[in-house]
Amino acid sequence: MLTHRFSLPMASRFEREMNHLLSSFLDGTPFTTSTPRVFPPINVWEDAENVFAEAELPGLAMSDLEILVVGNELTIKGRRGSQDETNVSYHRRERGTGEFARVLTLPTAVNQEKVEAALKDGVLTITLPKAEEAKPRKIQIKAS
Amino acid sequence: MVSDITTQERRELPVTRAERTREGRTYVPNCDIIERESELVILADLPGVRAEDVDVNFERGMLTIQGRVDRSRESGRTFMHQEYGVGDFYRTFEIGEGIESSKIEAELKDGVLTLHLPKSEAIRPRKIAVRTR
Repeated sequence: MLTHRFSLPMASRFEREMNHLLSSFLDGTPFTTSTPRVFPPINVWEDAENVFAEAELPGLAMSDLEILVVGNELTIKGRRGSQDETNVSYHRRERGTGEFARVLTLPTAVNQEKVEAALKDGVLTITLPKAEEAKPRKIQIKAS
Repeated sequence: MVSDITTQERRELPVTRAERTREGRTYVPNCDIIERESELVILADLPGVRAEDVDVNFERGMLTIQGRVDRSRESGRTFMHQEYGVGDFYRTFEIGEGIESSKIEAELKDGVLTLHLPKSEAIRPRKIAVRTR
């Protein structure tokens, strides 16, 4: 079971919008989280070798992000800047800006040294190789 | 008037609303709409959409943005933890008259679509020189 905490002052407006957005996701979607008020939302899945985490972070570059793995805790921190301009008027402003941070407790031990992250088209994918002891093992059954 | 921009939006679109040729969900992208003196700029978050998978149409005052994502980001995975749904994006804006539709420019970078919609000459603000006698 994953748990998460969140901190840091994400603009409250952003939170409300994320909330609004997430509330529409909730219809009929099997969500496992009880607190969808966090940013960014994260999906986690695994295969035999790795745990994967994915987050949608449009407009961010790797240099805007800090990813840390300590023990089985994954931290994603970052900032989405705004392009505030003078002499313009905003008719609509839905794209949130500001700082964010999330900590996820991973379901298995991972090999911290070999964690990889890729950011492509605004989607962050983190590959976390499972520690040897966490990998599934085929048990040989000896015939007697 | 360009500044009377209105939107038609729903966070998740019902099947009949989006032009469906694909299975799965369609979401409304978050957008900023900025008006400058000479243009409107629309920024749309389309994470996971590549330039070749986005369509932008402007027809009779209606601007339509459509983006397709790689569905294997959801369908091929068994999630241990899922906080968002993966789906295509679709949104329509009623822009009205006053846009030089032939000069609309679009670019997609890091999952953010930027559209520049130049105002037509007729509706740009003009500074009127006041003469003194």
